[in-house]
Amino acid sequence: MINNVERAVRTRHIKNSVFKWGVIAFTFIAVLPLIFILYYLVQKGVTSITWAFLTHMPKPVGETGGGILNAIVGSAIIIFMACIIAIPFSIAIGVYLSEFPKAGIANWARLSIDMLQGVPSIVIGIVIYEWVVKPMGGFSAISGSIALAIMMIPPIAKATEETLKRVPAGLKEASFSLGASYYQTTMRALLPAAMSGILSGVILSIARISGETAPLLFTSFGNPYLSANITKPMSSIPLLIFNYAISPYDEWQKLAWGASLVLIIFIFLLNIITKIAERKWKVQY
Amino acid sequence: MLYYILLRMMAAKSNFFNAEERTFRLSLSAIALILILILVGIFCTLLSASIPSIQASGWKFLFSSAWDPVTNDFGSLPFLVGTLLTSLLALLMVLPFSLAIGLFLGEYYTEGRVSQTFKSVIELLAGIPSVIYGFWGLFVLVPIIRSIETSVGVIPYGIGLFTASFVLAIMIMPYAVSITRQVITMVPRHLKEAAYSLGATRYEVIQKVVLPFSRSGIFAGILLALGRALGETMAVTMLIGNTHSIPHNIFAPANTMPSVIANEFTEAVGTIYTSALIEMALLLFIVTAIVNFIGRQIIKQFAYDDK
Repeated sequence: MINNVERAVRTRHIKNSVFKWGVIAFTFIAVLPLIFILYYLVQKGVTSITWAFLTHMPKPVGETGGGILNAIVGSAIIIFMACIIAIPFSIAIGVYLSEFPKAGIANWARLSIDMLQGVPSIVIGIVIYEWVVKPMGGFSAISGSIALAIMMIPPIAKATEETLKRVPAGLKEASFSLGASYYQTTMRALLPAAMSGILSGVILSIARISGETAPLLFTSFGNPYLSANITKPMSSIPLLIFNYAISPYDEWQKLAWGASLVLIIFIFLLNIITKIAERKWKVQY
Repeated sequence: MLYYILLRMMAAKSNFFNAEERTFRLSLSAIALILILILVGIFCTLLSASIPSIQASGWKFLFSSAWDPVTNDFGSLPFLVGTLLTSLLALLMVLPFSLAIGLFLGEYYTEGRVSQTFKSVIELLAGIPSVIYGFWGLFVLVPIIRSIETSVGVIPYGIGLFTASFVLAIMIMPYAVSITRQVITMVPRHLKEAAYSLGATRYEVIQKVVLPFSRSGIFAGILLALGRALGETMAVTMLIGNTHSIPHNIFAPANTMPSVIANEFTEAVGTIYTSALIEMALLLFIVTAIVNFIGRQIIKQFAYDDK
């Protein structure tokens, strides 16, 4: 009898520890891909990143060397324009949602943000093609920026709303008691207090869109030359990676590895900055 | 609280005739309206641009596997099948891992350096762009899969359904994990403690309390990950093999809706061809919208129940 009970308890304990070690093992296995990917990127990419790589144009097939200057400049311009379009718009939506949470269209706006976040990026590319590229008569950098800007709206709006909700009510009351209007309170008291949260939302959204390729395929299209004309096709780092990765030429693939490493380093840096920003300045007032 | 509301009302009243104030409110509402219009506009644009294809193919578009730009005969069945198969296969692969990490971070190691490290690693995994996953898959994974295929005895394409699903699984893992972890952390402490006090082991607590409690939330996480997987373009395009036929085994090359759009949209000539591709985008939009909507509703319900 006692023997049976003991055996049952032992089986339960064994099951318990087997399960625990199973969970730990699966967790470690799941993290392996990241290590593999980073290892390969560094191994393949580190040799191609030189000063010349960052400051020269890609060379034609058959010649060695060359860089990705056109893609770096293109990405910078496209992302910068996307920020100009998206940031004020998204912050305004965040302010609206936190200040008038019960207003008639607030719920619809919130639903739209959720839905917009789920729209596949390629679908956004097609829609911007219909909205901007077709009327303009050709691919252009600005259309790519608009596509990316739409993808930036949900994260920034959400970050703004969440941070503004955490700003203490006392700050708002103090501002009202001085006779400030809603407008003045929002612009001079609430937004500055929520700045760090909004900023980290903005940086995170930049990190998210800087690697997007699918919405750029039908909008900014890519360009083998250096261009700063926003009404013409423009190159960008993710597009360059895609085009050179599927090309059959070793030299181009090497450029793509280098470009991938540059892109990853950029995105990781942005992530780290966000982390620090979140930790350093929580909501202050 | 009452004091605050009073203050707010007074502030609102004294400023009611203030022009600046009214413009501020109105412009904020207008911007929110524009946001809603963008979403409605996306749907309407897709719908109106796919009308030529809907008129030309009708329901046949969903059930035919013809894809012939010359005779304008389009059916999206192989791509529908391809999209569903890659996404479901990826979900199947990711499920045990996301559950394990969710338990690891939400139950076993909720704080401390280990869990912080794993959280950051998973965040980094979410930050890697799709195109880099595809590139890595093409040069690292494809040779490995090819050698597996040779030893199994199927045609060694290397690229195909399995390879694409594998990379897709890595890509959607962070999304599945983040929600699984959150719902597992939300399991009330007193329920777990009650089970412990009855002498349950940790495994039994997880099996009998934690998992049943968080089941709907975990399901919602899977739905949201599915929404990601369905619309994922670049990595899948680079690894799926792009053939216009229904795959006959899981190693065979196939094609998905986003990949077809990515590959053919810029080269499509003729109204009906372009329109057929846009109709596929419309399908994708509707399916992902439904999947995401259900997932989010479940999570909201879950958060509500918790209070």
